[in-house]
Amino acid sequence: MYGSRLRSLSAATVVTLITGYCLAAFVAPMDADQGFMQKIFYLHVPMAIVALGGFVFGGICAIMHLRTDDAKWDLRSYVAIHISVILGVGVLLTGAIWAKASWGHWWVWDEPTLVSFLIVFLLYATYTPLRFSIEDREKQARYASVFAITAGAFVPLNFLAVRAATSLVHPRTFDSADNLPGAMRTAFLVCFLGMVLLYVLLWRYEMAHKNTVAQLRSLKRKLAGDDGLRSRRSAAPELQV
Amino acid sequence: MTPPPPSTRRAVSALLRKEVRLELRTLQVIPAMALFSITTLIVFHFSLQANSVEGALAAGVLTVTLLFSAILGINRLFVADHEEGGFDGFLLAPVDRTAMLVAKALALGGFLVALEVVAVPAFGLMLLDPNLTGAALWQTIVVLLLADVGIAVVGTLVGALAIQTRARDLIVPLIALPLLLPVVIGTAKALAPTFAAAGAGALPGRWLAILGLYDLIFGLLAYAVFDFLLED
Repeated sequence: MYGSRLRSLSAATVVTLITGYCLAAFVAPMDADQGFMQKIFYLHVPMAIVALGGFVFGGICAIMHLRTDDAKWDLRSYVAIHISVILGVGVLLTGAIWAKASWGHWWVWDEPTLVSFLIVFLLYATYTPLRFSIEDREKQARYASVFAITAGAFVPLNFLAVRAATSLVHPRTFDSADNLPGAMRTAFLVCFLGMVLLYVLLWRYEMAHKNTVAQLRSLKRKLAGDDGLRSRRSAAPELQV
Repeated sequence: MTPPPPSTRRAVSALLRKEVRLELRTLQVIPAMALFSITTLIVFHFSLQANSVEGALAAGVLTVTLLFSAILGINRLFVADHEEGGFDGFLLAPVDRTAMLVAKALALGGFLVALEVVAVPAFGLMLLDPNLTGAALWQTIVVLLLADVGIAVVGTLVGALAIQTRARDLIVPLIALPLLLPVVIGTAKALAPTFAAAGAGALPGRWLAILGLYDLIFGLLAYAVFDFLLED
């Protein structure tokens, strides 16, 4: 089910991302203050938005898991969150590079967005250790879902609190429509679309992989009994088909 | 005819009485938290190399001290139930399961208040530059009560989450500290004018509102998800 249209989705993702970055590099005007380094914005911001969206999506899947008790939803939640954590690493790295280039420091405490994101990232980094430290599969899934819901609700609250706490240094690009003139806005939207497609693609690839592995194990079990199965090497959640 | 099942309020009060009785008999958690907070104040004195602190720095020192002492309390909150079978006994009782959330959160809140009865005067005597009397004291009490509600709710949730894991004592700080950061921010920002050297300023309404909002949201959230943590 997840494997259908993966090829066309991959093609669409690659095309959109390349178009977006070409637009960003060649068509969008150079920023008056920061010069070429500002263009990392087209990579950093979509990644950040998609990562946070992924965390919230993981929380929604967790709610569905607790409501329906279907392990599929737990797997969706797990994959969503761990892809978002990987994107989160990318956000922090690109953010640090951009900070060094424009403000001269690898890290600044003065600006709320980076600090909020760091807090959220550290919280979700504990998701996997939490999962892997509970042995019973069902309990693991249930506790992980509770965590995902709590953390998902925490994301907007955290941004609110940290934003209120710190003064304005990080560019608040979306506060007013004048900040993003035409060509920049187009380039940004294309890059953002590309990042969303990338996230969906990675998510579907991993879900297809887990689905396939589960079906393969089920076939092996039918053919050779339980002896035909190698023991699982990883504690990661799996489908039971 | 069987008697009707006990109401949630009676269940909460029974559980709370059990918690208080257990703590008064064993005196494990509160003295440890109180002692830890005083030791932390001494550590702050030496690490900050300051004879006295005031203003934002003072607010920060007090907040951090209370936060880390609270982590001790959260670590111990569900241990007795987990080891002695209290969860099974509770699950067999015909009561609403959120009664345990409310009772444990109230118990943890009570422990925090007991901790603050020791820690805040110690802080006032040992490290604080302006005197902790009158307006400053009332303001501190108000802010700390708001913070305690947030720490109690989140602490109960995280404690219940962590009790089933293998690495219980490691998981609690890892999960609780990021979740409690808005409380840390709110408490420190709200207390900073109170500890100003020139005399206590007015409480910043915005930070009290943020603390209150946090308490409300996490209270509702914990109420919604706690049942799932107790299923077998």
